[in-house]
Amino acid sequence: MTREEVLNKYGKSKDNLLYILHDIQDSNPRHYLTEEDLKEVAKWLELPYSYVHGVATFYSMFSLKPRGKYIIRVCESPTCHLMGASNIIIELVKSLGVGIGETTKDEIFTLELTSCIGVCGVAPAMMINSEVYGNLTSEKIAQIIDEKRRESK
Amino acid sequence: MTVPRMHVLLPFDPDTLLSGVKEFEKALLDELKKNNLEEEIKVLETGSIGVTGRGILMVVYPEGVYYANLKIADIPRLVGEHFVKGRPVKDLLLGEVPARFVKREKVGLVREQKRVVLENAGMIDPENIDEYIAVGGYEALEKVLSSMTPEEVIEEVKKSGLRGRGGAGFPTGLKWEFTRKAEGTEKYIICNADEGEPGTFKDRLIMEGDPHKLLEGMIIAGYAIGAQKGYIYVRGEYELSIRRMQKAIDDAYKYNILGKNVLGTNFTFDMEIKKGAGAYVCGEETALIESLEGKRGQPRNKPPYPVTHGLWMKPTSVNNVETLANVPSIIKNSADWYRSIGTEKCPGTKVFTILGHVVYPGLIEVEMGTTLRDIIFNYGGGIKDGKKFKGALVGGAAGVFLPEKFLDVKMDFDSLKEYKAVLGSGAILVMNEDTCMVDMLFSIIRFFKHESCGQCSPCRIGTYELYSLINKVRAGEAKESDLETMINLSEIMFKSSFCPLGQSLVMPVKSAIENFREEFVAHLDKNYQCEKCRR
Repeated sequence: MTREEVLNKYGKSKDNLLYILHDIQDSNPRHYLTEEDLKEVAKWLELPYSYVHGVATFYSMFSLKPRGKYIIRVCESPTCHLMGASNIIIELVKSLGVGIGETTKDEIFTLELTSCIGVCGVAPAMMINSEVYGNLTSEKIAQIIDEKRRESK
Repeated sequence: MTVPRMHVLLPFDPDTLLSGVKEFEKALLDELKKNNLEEEIKVLETGSIGVTGRGILMVVYPEGVYYANLKIADIPRLVGEHFVKGRPVKDLLLGEVPARFVKREKVGLVREQKRVVLENAGMIDPENIDEYIAVGGYEALEKVLSSMTPEEVIEEVKKSGLRGRGGAGFPTGLKWEFTRKAEGTEKYIICNADEGEPGTFKDRLIMEGDPHKLLEGMIIAGYAIGAQKGYIYVRGEYELSIRRMQKAIDDAYKYNILGKNVLGTNFTFDMEIKKGAGAYVCGEETALIESLEGKRGQPRNKPPYPVTHGLWMKPTSVNNVETLANVPSIIKNSADWYRSIGTEKCPGTKVFTILGHVVYPGLIEVEMGTTLRDIIFNYGGGIKDGKKFKGALVGGAAGVFLPEKFLDVKMDFDSLKEYKAVLGSGAILVMNEDTCMVDMLFSIIRFFKHESCGQCSPCRIGTYELYSLINKVRAGEAKESDLETMINLSEIMFKSSFCPLGQSLVMPVKSAIENFREEFVAHLDKNYQCEKCRR
C-alpha cells in the first residue's frame, strides 16, 4: 500500500493514528517511518507535526530510522533473562557485528531488544519480524542467522 | 455422512507453529487419505492446551491420549499403530503426564484442573463459531437478552463476587454499576488485552483458544452497563490473537450476535479491535484509553475515573480478558455456583502461568486459594534437573520475590496481601538454587527503567537511580547503605508516582532485598564471585 492508500483507507479520525502509522511502516520495505510520512499524516489528520512525532517515538514498535529486512527482537524480560537471554544477546552482537538498535551494513538485520513477547514457556526467545523462535542456544542462533542470510539473497 | 470414530486435536499456537505443526497437519491428512481414514478420523485445529516447550502436540479422543514432540516421520507409526490398531504409541506420549493437562477424562492421574475460563480452549476449533455454540456458547447471552434486565445482570455478577483479574482485584459488578449509573447515554466497554506483564500469556491463550467466550462476556457487559460499542485493545505483538478475535467478530456479525438488534432484540452492539504499538504502560487503564484515542499512552490523573470519564470522556468500563471470560459461565450457572469455587472472598478460578526452572512450564487454571507449593510442585512438576527451589517471583515483574518459607501461601488476592504480596497477572517465575537474586532484581529494574513513560519525575528519575544502584551492587561497588537507599527510594516512588508503574517497583525491590538479604550483602564484598553478575 502507498501512503495515500493507507490514509484514504482510514479517513480523518484522529483515533486511527496508530493504525495509520502501523500500516505505513509495514508497507515500507525498510520497516520505518520517514519524516515525510509523519508530516503527511499530520496534515491529513489536521494534527501538529510535533503531536504525530510524539506518538511515533512513544511506542517501541515504531522506528524513525531505516531498519534491515529482518528485525531481530530479543526478549530481555525476567523470564528470558533467567533462562539465559544475556548470552543470546552477546552471541547475536558477536555474529552480526552490530550493537543493540543497529543495522548490519548489508541492510539485512537490525538487532533490537523487546519486553516480554508472551512465549515464556520456550524462554529464551526472540522474534524475527513476526516469527517466534524459542529455546535458543548459541548453536541455534548461528543456524538461524545463516539460514536467514541465505534466504535474503 | 459418517460420524468420526476418532477426533485428533492439533493445538495451533506460536509454540507449535514454530515447531512446524502446519506441515505436520498436511502430512497427517495425506497419510489418513492414503489409508482411507479421512472420514473416520477427524483432525481439528484448536488453540493452545497450556503445554509449552514440547514441540508439536496432539490429543486423541475418545481415549484422551496426549502426544508431544512429534515429527513428520512419526506419522506412519501413529496412523498404523494407534489409528488403525488402537494401540497408543508409547514412546511418543507426553512423558509422565502431569495432572494439569487433563480436563474431562481421568487417565489415572493425581488431580484435575478446575477449568472455567479455559473450559473450551484446546477442545474446540477457535475459528469456528458453530463449535462454540455446540458446547453451549452464547446461551448466557440469550438468557440475558431474553429474561434479564441490565440491573439484574449487574446484581448477579455482584453476587458472584467476581473480582478483576488484571491485577487489582476490584469487584467487577461494582465497576459495572458505577458505569451504568454514570450520567450520559453514550457509554463504552473496553477489554484490556494489552497483556505486557513479563511472564504472562494467559490472555493470549484465551483469545487464541476460545475467542467467542471473551466476545460473549463483553456483549453481556455492554448490555449491563448500557454501552453501544466495545473495543478490544490488543498488544500489537499478538498477531495470532488479533487474527482470531477478528474472525470471531466477523462471524458474530454474520450470526446477528453483534450489530443491530442482537438476536432479534432491540439491543444494538458493535465491536472493534484496536491494536497497540508496544508500551507496557498502556496496560494501565487510563493510558490505554489515551492510546485508543490515538495519543501517546500516558496515564491520566485520577479521579475522575473511567467509569464516569473514560473514552472520549464518556463513562467506560475497562475489564481484563480473563475477567470478561468468566462472565458467561456465571450467568449460565448462577452466582451461587460460582461462589462454590475458590475462597469466600475470592470466588472462582485463576489462570496462572508457571515458568522458569520447573519441569512443566505452561499455563494452568485452578481454584483461587490453591497454595503456591501445590502449583509449583504438583502442577508444575517441581524443579527441573533435580535442583533445589530457591524462590519464586509471583505476580509478574511488578510482583514479589517469595522464599521457600512462604511456599504455603494461598494464591488469592487477600491471602497474598498478608505476605505483602500480590496476585498480579498470575505469573509465577520459579528460580532454582543456581539463580542470583541480585541479577534477577537487576533484570526487573532494567525493565521498569525502559518502560517508564517519563511523564512524572518520581518514576522517570527513580527507575534510573535504582538502575545505577543495582548496577553498583552487581559490580561489587556498593555499600550496605545503598541497599537501604534502594528500599527508601522505591517507597518514595510508591507514595509519589503518578500511576501503578512507578508505584509497584517497591514490591520486587523490597521483597528481594529483605527476603534474600544475605545474598545482597555478599555482593558488597569486592572479592565475591558471581557468574550471573559476570564478576
